[in-house]
Amino acid sequence: MRRLIVILPVAAFAALIGVMASLLTDSERNNDPSRLPSALIGQPVPAFELPAVTRNLPGGFSSADLRGRVTVLSIFASWCVPCLAEHPQITQIAETGTPVYGLNHRDKPEDAENWLRRHGNPYTAVGADLNGRASVEWGVTGVPETFIIDADGRIIYKHVGPVTPDALNDKILPLLRGTRGG
Amino acid sequence: MIAEIGQYLLILTLVLAGVQATVPLWGVARGDAAMMRLADRTAIGQAVALLAAFAALTHGFVTSDFSLEVVFQNSHSLKPMLYKVSGVWGNHEGSMLLWVLVLSLFSAAVGLCGRNLPPTLKARVLAVQAMIGLAFLAFIIFTSNPFARLTPAPPNGAGLNPLLQDPGLAFHPPLLYLGYVGFSMAFSFAVAALIEGKVDAAWARWVRPWTLAAWSFLTAGIALGSWWAYYELGWGGWWFWDPVENASFMPWLFGTALLHSAIVVEKRDALKSWTILLAILTFSMSLLGTFLVRSGVLTSVHAFATDPERGVFILAILAVTIGGALTLFAWRAPGMKGGGLFAPVSREGALVANNMLLTVAALTVLLGTLYPLILEAFSGGADRVSVGPPFFNSTFAPIMVPLVLMVAVGPLLAWKRGDLAAAGRKLIPAAIAAAVVIVATFVLKPDGPWLAPLAMGLAAWLAAGALVEWTSRIRLFSAPLAESARRLSGLPRAASGMTLAHLGLAILIVGITGASAWRAELITTLAPGESAEAPGYTVTLGDVSRGQGPNYNFERGVLIITKDERKVAELFAERRFFPVAGQTTTEAGIKTTWLADYYGVIGERGRTPETANKWTVRFYLNPLVPWIWLGAMVMVLGGGLSLTDRRHRVGAPRRAANASPAAAPAPAE
Amino acid sequence: MKTLRGLLTALFILSVAAPAAVHAVQPDEVLDDPALEARAREISAELRCVVCQNQSIDDSNAEIARDLRLLVRERLVAGDTDEQVLDYVVARYGDFVLLRPPWQPNTYLLWAGPPIMAIVIATLAILFLRTYQRSRNASLGPDPLSPDDRAELDALVERVAATTRTGTGPSSTFRAELADGLRHLDHPENSEDSLGDDGANTGPDSNPDPDRDTHQ
Repeated sequence: MRRLIVILPVAAFAALIGVMASLLTDSERNNDPSRLPSALIGQPVPAFELPAVTRNLPGGFSSADLRGRVTVLSIFASWCVPCLAEHPQITQIAETGTPVYGLNHRDKPEDAENWLRRHGNPYTAVGADLNGRASVEWGVTGVPETFIIDADGRIIYKHVGPVTPDALNDKILPLLRGTRGG
Repeated sequence: MIAEIGQYLLILTLVLAGVQATVPLWGVARGDAAMMRLADRTAIGQAVALLAAFAALTHGFVTSDFSLEVVFQNSHSLKPMLYKVSGVWGNHEGSMLLWVLVLSLFSAAVGLCGRNLPPTLKARVLAVQAMIGLAFLAFIIFTSNPFARLTPAPPNGAGLNPLLQDPGLAFHPPLLYLGYVGFSMAFSFAVAALIEGKVDAAWARWVRPWTLAAWSFLTAGIALGSWWAYYELGWGGWWFWDPVENASFMPWLFGTALLHSAIVVEKRDALKSWTILLAILTFSMSLLGTFLVRSGVLTSVHAFATDPERGVFILAILAVTIGGALTLFAWRAPGMKGGGLFAPVSREGALVANNMLLTVAALTVLLGTLYPLILEAFSGGADRVSVGPPFFNSTFAPIMVPLVLMVAVGPLLAWKRGDLAAAGRKLIPAAIAAAVVIVATFVLKPDGPWLAPLAMGLAAWLAAGALVEWTSRIRLFSAPLAESARRLSGLPRAASGMTLAHLGLAILIVGITGASAWRAELITTLAPGESAEAPGYTVTLGDVSRGQGPNYNFERGVLIITKDERKVAELFAERRFFPVAGQTTTEAGIKTTWLADYYGVIGERGRTPETANKWTVRFYLNPLVPWIWLGAMVMVLGGGLSLTDRRHRVGAPRRAANASPAAAPAPAE
Repeated sequence: MKTLRGLLTALFILSVAAPAAVHAVQPDEVLDDPALEARAREISAELRCVVCQNQSIDDSNAEIARDLRLLVRERLVAGDTDEQVLDYVVARYGDFVLLRPPWQPNTYLLWAGPPIMAIVIATLAILFLRTYQRSRNASLGPDPLSPDDRAELDALVERVAATTRTGTGPSSTFRAELADGLRHLDHPENSEDSLGDDGANTGPDSNPDPDRDTHQ
């Protein structure tokens, strides 16, 4: 009996080491610590309505626009450096034919307009979320974030942080193809 | 050049550690006294070398040598000298160097002062210390070299974080490490005892001063960190159950348990295996904390990059040291002979209960801290939960209540078989004091949470109980004063140290209760001359002036606090902007009185034309908060007092000689 | 040093993200109704700032924290109960946002952990001590002294104790301690000095308690 008890600490400790080792060697976790699963996966698109950013940008959209076909929602801002890094990838998504809607998060309208003019505007429509309230409806914690919505208006995927070429090719594009085909 | 010397010294220390980890053990096996004594010299050698290496690193910071990568990242030419120096340990590499330095200082201390230790035990203890040092020196040299150079050398540094330029924060790490790492001594003693195969009262007597010292330092370090958070972070919080805080609290809880169970080993030769396990667990918690904080395994959603390579290295060190010690324990502990028997109601019984409660408390904190990680690992990242202050507050406090109740009773119970009724009778004054305090608190503060008077009563019970025990020991009110004086001079300092430490705990509880239960707050915007009402007080914003500090611009506002027309406090609150770092900090204006802290903060100016003349003002009344740190200080004093007990200097008794006449007819253990 | 970095991270993020404010709840967020405001503060203390290392939205200055504080107040003003407000936020951010982990299958072990550990440790301790005591008692024989001898020893101890109870010099102190020790040997429950006088029980230089237990 005593032998059993004295083995307990080593056993518990070994289990703990196992847990830590698995966490540390999880390359996905290390490369993307922002891998917080979204509470909204599988949920319908939250209700929201966004006005246009400026008169010059195709603008304003609401939850109704995200129904009927597969769409992508991109949360971005002109002051966000990783957003610039992911911009080519977002443009690529738009070029596949999937409508990409831009939620301009807490940005000055003129700044957003200038940014899009400089770097290109891949968005079907851009909505202004000046105070961040609509972003909260989407469970947004920072920028950039990207959502894939299926034709029924359900959120099927969330990507936190910039969309890297790997993420684009390994996850997003396959999902888009799959969802459209299915 | 000096940095390169530092580098060589690190390697030299590594070699010395390697020697110290092997040769003395070989010497024990061969009975070679010279080889065993070598440990003393290598221990001192390591300490000297690391002191010199540390000095070399400090030189780099003091001279702002930005060709050193750590100096570049953590310092700046404009930093005041005090903070250049404290910047040495304000980063990963430098603090790891401090870690091994403290380890080597403890080893050297044993090498120098452990004259009473049997040579075999001493050799083994120092060998185990050297093994730990060897592992971490390798970690430093291969993954976290403080002397790494940067070429080309940048013209100035990147580290001018204003938050780090604070005296409280400057001294918090060294104190913490003296505690944290000091528990390595208890660990080494425990492993040495397991290797020897025996634990006796003498062992407990030798372990005690080191454990006491480490415990005292850790208490001071934690208290200092808590105090810093309170006055610097600007909203009067002082404990957040942050994983990093928990990482220092868990060794403290186990260390407290260890201090108490070692008493039983010393006095009654019982609870030996358990005490060994505790010694291993305490330092294991220190190591686990080091791992959690530096490996990057605890991340938040949009966190900085993790450092898994370093994490894996430390994890490997943990696996070998802790795993090795616990395996050794599983193997050798059953073979250890048990000691004295005792009745459930006895001093030993009370100390066992103390240990159980502290262990459950420590494991609860551990569970809460690690649970999100465990869940994440088992669910492959799908399940994410947060375990925050609400969990810890709900679970920790209920465990502490029975413990504190017993702290008053335990010292009044006899060894081996205690008389609970007699102890109870002695504690009647304490019960009365508690009742009086509960009622008084309720009368004075009827609106607060109903638990608060009970908590105050608990503190009164503890304080009165500690005093009852102490006064009864010196027969203060039952015998002539002369006799009390005689008894007091004969009383071992450890006894008074215990009383002081328990009193400190009572004071701490009072402080925590006040801070949690009766805080008053006011958040508003005021123009100079305007006032607002806080519960019981009027807060007026006086002048707001601008100025310049050594490396910052500031806005200073005066908050005048009045109660019933009488001015009770004038608080100078500042907002500082550091142009080079581009950051803003706030310095709260705090007036500390015996009963409360008046805490004032000035925020930013209004940004619209209408509000341009108004500043955000926050005023907090924090009742009894200073008692938190006062209580901690008294606990540290108690620990320090116990350390000066002459029995620690005299050394362990030779128990065999004393016991033989009395035990002649008794069967052997 | 991660202790610094942890606290630093919080302030870093807030300084970078919100160069304006350096503190948590802003005056313009405070609701007019003090009861609602108090509820808002309590609820905020239960919600995690998901971009900070370990802060509630009440304590954090991050932008998202402010957004959530405003959201909480908006929902309270709209008439939600505390539960409903929390559910609203959890629906969007997941369980991760709750600082108090909910009671659900994946946290049963967490909440049940402390009581279970307490019971297990207590049981282990009691079992272990009891089997140990029993095995020790079994190995001890009966009282080696005959009843007459024991009575004589008791009388002797009493006489020594009686003669040394008075007096304060060192030899009488020693005799008193010796008497204490002898008395404690056989009748530990009768020794009134067993706790007060350090010499008898706790000093290194005095007679330590022998390990013989002559009572059942």
